[in-house]
Amino acid sequence: MKVTFWGTRGSLASPSPETVRYGGNTSCVSVEGSEGTLIVLDAGTGLRNLGQSLRADLKRVHILLTHLHMDHIQGLPFFAPLRRPGVEVHLWGPASTTMSLNARLQKYLSPPLFPVSVRELSADLHFHELPAQLIEIGEFSINAQLIIHPNPTIGYRIQCADTALTYMPDHEPALGERTFPREKEWTSGYALAEGADLLIHDAQFTEEEYQNRVGFGHSSIRQAFQFAELTRVKHFAPFHYDPTHTDDELDFVFAETMAELQPSYGVTPSREGLSLEVVC
Amino acid sequence: MSQQEIEVILARHLAEYLAMPIFIVNPDGDLIFYNEPAEAILGSRYNETGMMPASEWSTVFHPMDHEGNPIPPQELPLVIALTQHCPAHKIFWIRGLDGTMREIEVTAFPLIGQAERFLGGIAIFWEITK
Repeated sequence: MKVTFWGTRGSLASPSPETVRYGGNTSCVSVEGSEGTLIVLDAGTGLRNLGQSLRADLKRVHILLTHLHMDHIQGLPFFAPLRRPGVEVHLWGPASTTMSLNARLQKYLSPPLFPVSVRELSADLHFHELPAQLIEIGEFSINAQLIIHPNPTIGYRIQCADTALTYMPDHEPALGERTFPREKEWTSGYALAEGADLLIHDAQFTEEEYQNRVGFGHSSIRQAFQFAELTRVKHFAPFHYDPTHTDDELDFVFAETMAELQPSYGVTPSREGLSLEVVC
Repeated sequence: MSQQEIEVILARHLAEYLAMPIFIVNPDGDLIFYNEPAEAILGSRYNETGMMPASEWSTVFHPMDHEGNPIPPQELPLVIALTQHCPAHKIFWIRGLDGTMREIEVTAFPLIGQAERFLGGIAIFWEITK
């Protein structure tokens, strides 16, 4: 599967000369299978550029939302295929006990927050609520499970034959832990990430920042590396960078963390435009 | 061993920070955690007892009524919460694993997660001191 990063930033789009290497768009990753299936992970502002890059004859796309915080859905109305009649767009996202996924997305996709409402989009829209049992999309088998982040949030494990990609952009597995990591059984996200070929994981804060942001639903960069070690992944891509972190600061923290922790797995910090081939 | 459900992980985190005794069981009724305040009443550390099936925890503490009659498992609040999926409350006596008799008041409720997933039950209890 080909994994491409269209937005790597967390919380708020942050374009600036100081974020140009890692990127300023918010969460969006595309996953293309060998048989042509296209899956999009989250619909942050990076989704607009992805939409511009897709073939005009695209027939079907699946957008898997981890949750409905603004930085994960803001690109949705700017996704070109949504305005094309005949394109099947499947939107997957967390269930609520009170409102449908469609109704919750309409809170944003309706005036006065946005001038165009969901029903005005030309594409053939399908909504699917999660978590469900194993989902089969084309050549992919997908496991969706709740993970620790404010408001129900889903992590995904996307499997193709024996190859697995795990995506958890907003995740605080260290919440409530006096020492982290501890037992696998009691660690949020463990089952999704165990032995994955590629883990894309929240790396929002520095250690110092995390001390004052416990409960915000994010990990420190150090915790993300520790989580990758605990789950024995083969490759780790830090993701969802804090909007205040410049390229130089991220370079420094990654170098410092890797020197200290000596990870046993490969590390490629995610950056906008980067493509990784995960072999199925 | 598979990972616990996220709601159960969060429940354990909450229990670890509260000063109220809390006892958590999975959908099969297996005891999967009790916190430090509960250890003081049950007379043993969770690390020492570990996971315990319902058939064991429902009898090992010798629950009994005010006349000293044993209370059958199906009448215990946590067993009611597990089997009937509704809250239950009761005052009764137990003998802790340290041999001490204590009168306790127990409120139990089922743990229902997103998408109506039944995830087990939680009992909160208080020692009655007169």
